[in-house]
Amino acid sequence: MAIAEAPVTPEAVTAPVPALEPEAETPTGGLAIILYSGDLEKTWAAMILASTAGAMGTPTKVFVTFWGLQTFVKPGKRITGENWMQKMMSAMQRPGIAHRKLSKMNFLGMGPWMMRQLAKQYNVASPAELMEMATLMGVEFVPCQMTMDMFGIKREDLMDGMGEPVGAATYLGYVDDGAKPLFI
Amino acid sequence: MSMVIGDAKVDARGLNCPMPIVKTAQAVKALASGQTVEVLATDPGSVKDFAAWSKSTGNELVEQSVDGGVYRFVMRKK
Repeated sequence: MAIAEAPVTPEAVTAPVPALEPEAETPTGGLAIILYSGDLEKTWAAMILASTAGAMGTPTKVFVTFWGLQTFVKPGKRITGENWMQKMMSAMQRPGIAHRKLSKMNFLGMGPWMMRQLAKQYNVASPAELMEMATLMGVEFVPCQMTMDMFGIKREDLMDGMGEPVGAATYLGYVDDGAKPLFI
Repeated sequence: MSMVIGDAKVDARGLNCPMPIVKTAQAVKALASGQTVEVLATDPGSVKDFAAWSKSTGNELVEQSVDGGVYRFVMRKK
């Protein structure tokens, strides 16, 4: 990891503080969603909001972390991680957007199966379709670096088109810039 | 009643929230300023949703009607 190497000179410390840029005074706005959950119903809600926000022209970032990051593992990637614990974790909870479970009424997959059947019957777009729409409308899905490290998930394990991995400070920076925070 | 013929058409009949809005936004993206899109939808929630979308995006809702459960909206790109 690169560490800033610029020496701290007395000039740098005593230099006058530059005037605030106009952008800093006018919040850029937008929406900043933290997708923490990997549950099917919450993933669905997040994708509905993200795609709609994109459609409304709202600059939108979705910071995906903890269980939410499992949703963004590429389809077909069954086991992630380097060591046995990371591999076990992914084995116990299958990653990928097609394998989300309901937080209630999961019943060994019967619940999610019925949800998907009902969604088809009533023409409700699936989380995967909504994710694709959101991406097309300019929504950026940003993976959490710390979660990637902890679960041993590599950049190439994640779906294409995601943003650069970042940390909590970057998310809070979006909020400081005027984006409305949502935690799902 | 004037009937504006849209420069683009979106058939969102049968689709549920939020797809009518998402599909319309995609169609509007491809339009030039001042051009219109005609949307057909059957989702009753789309009436309020299109009003909100118009307010947020600044794309004007120039026509709105309902006929036999089919809602028709014409939006003009800002």
